[in-house]
Amino acid sequence: MSAVNEVGLKIAGAPDATGAPATTARRSWPRLWRLKWGLVAAVVMLLIVGVAAAAPWIAPYSPVEVDIRHRLAPPAWMDRGTPDHVLCTDQIGRDLLSRMIYGGRVSLLIGVAAVLVSSTIGVLLGLGAGYFEPWVDWTIMTLVNVMLTFPFVLLALAVIAVLGPSLVNMVIVLGVADWPLYARVIRAETMTLRERDFMTAARALGMSHLRIIFRQLLPNLVSVIVVIATLQVARVIILESFLSFLGLGVQPPTPAWGNMLGDGRVYMLNSWWIAAFPGLAIFITTLTINLMGNALRDWLDPHMKL
Amino acid sequence: MKRYALRQVVQLAVVIVGISMLAFAILHVIGDPVTLLLPQNAGKEEYERYNKLLGLDKPIYVQYWKFASRAVQGDFGKSWYADTPAFKLVLERMPPTLYLTTAGLVTALLIALPLGILAALKQHSFVDNLCTMAAVAGQAMPIFWLGIMLIIIFAVQLRLLPASGYGTWQHFLMPAFTLGAFLAPITMRLVRSGVIEIMNMEYIKTARAKGLAERLVVIKHAFRNACIPVITVLGLQFGQLLGGAVITETVFAWPGVATLTVDAIRNQDFPVVQCAVVLLALIIVAVNFLVDMIVGLIDPRIRVGA
Repeated sequence: MSAVNEVGLKIAGAPDATGAPATTARRSWPRLWRLKWGLVAAVVMLLIVGVAAAAPWIAPYSPVEVDIRHRLAPPAWMDRGTPDHVLCTDQIGRDLLSRMIYGGRVSLLIGVAAVLVSSTIGVLLGLGAGYFEPWVDWTIMTLVNVMLTFPFVLLALAVIAVLGPSLVNMVIVLGVADWPLYARVIRAETMTLRERDFMTAARALGMSHLRIIFRQLLPNLVSVIVVIATLQVARVIILESFLSFLGLGVQPPTPAWGNMLGDGRVYMLNSWWIAAFPGLAIFITTLTINLMGNALRDWLDPHMKL
Repeated sequence: MKRYALRQVVQLAVVIVGISMLAFAILHVIGDPVTLLLPQNAGKEEYERYNKLLGLDKPIYVQYWKFASRAVQGDFGKSWYADTPAFKLVLERMPPTLYLTTAGLVTALLIALPLGILAALKQHSFVDNLCTMAAVAGQAMPIFWLGIMLIIIFAVQLRLLPASGYGTWQHFLMPAFTLGAFLAPITMRLVRSGVIEIMNMEYIKTARAKGLAERLVVIKHAFRNACIPVITVLGLQFGQLLGGAVITETVFAWPGVATLTVDAIRNQDFPVVQCAVVLLALIIVAVNFLVDMIVGLIDPRIRVGA
């Protein structure tokens, strides 16, 4: 899965891969356009994060408060809807809006935590593969190729099956399944950096390997890492939601967008809104993150090969 | 070509061994089969007895060797849940998965090829921007939500299509579209950039200078050469496609390998999970290998350069 993502990103990063030197005007306006959208996305993202962070103060109800009289109430603007529950209530009368606000916390937290895990593993292994002897490179890259052969979803499913679903396990599984993408990109970047003069200078000065890697190489890779990590948060959120949707991720009664969607599926015959809204929340969040990631890449380095 | 083929075969073998190790490790290193198999209140003696019975008291490499040598013969052990060989269970469910994957691939191509070419030929036009926007939105779309929304609209509200199941061509429409929508955005971007790159090649200029009709330039010269990156990418994306099929199957209760695997995970039926993971990964490896071979045959530069 990741292999493709990388190829896809590469294209996204080179919208004017024309070969011939494009005029500045032609090059810059789609870029500005994307930057503008990135700014809008950043504002939306701040809003989402803010709402999730302030959940206890903003949410009209507790996410686990049951109101059995108003179970399966439709959104307020529809027939039979009550103004008490703006979006709707679920099968046991919990307020959907409140659950979505709290669910955002869980999804965002898992997304960010998993990306921290995967980027750490991926960056370290990528640096190792790019910097050290060929046999280290070969070993790490074989592992990367094996991991990339498995569909990300399948790998996560298999591991969660053995570990059992819990918040911490989710972070571990998603983090461990997602590192090969970082390793591939960082390795390639390291290999080009290795030939640069400042590296020769560092070696000539007799710096230790660790010092060269962390003081000379790593600072040059920060922008690449930030861009991949941003885009990967969206992917991890989708995967976490899918696992929770299957009942193999975040366990009830903890609300997460994925398990709410899974609950809603059972009631889609009469109450489509229970499934519709949490899914919309996932979609908007991932779209926002992707737009931000693309803009970030253009802003940090428009020539970044991602 | 011979050397290129040999190198690919060696790589194939290494990856297959890696896959078997990973599948083995998921159950035997991360988890402990005996704890998973025995009821929670089983005593220490019971544990020891089963440990011995399953051969888990032997060193790990002996266990792996036993697993691998049996797996080569298609023996992944009996399902712990249904009293049938796991291999047979998984094999029975393979055809629906492959049909769905093919249908999804065809749908994705039907969407991505025309739009990608159109966007490339009218670069930076309104159509191009629209396609790019659609692709960004499509990539952020959680397809399990898309699938559920399709069910709500076309099966529940309009009553046009069956909500789930397998058998007639109507059953294929929504799953194929869902899976196609998953793969189309990235394919479209790749087709677009591939065509853009080729339209700027010297031989296209020559063809135009000869006075060839633009239509012929596009069809005969550009499209044929744009096929190579598209084939490569489709091969690479096969893993992602299967991952998408896993998600799609669970949404539409499609009787394929993925629904079997998810059920097996719920029942803690590890031989089936292991077998399904290995077989799906092998299919992906085989497809990637074939694609590498085909591309190597078409484009001599790849076999020398790789």
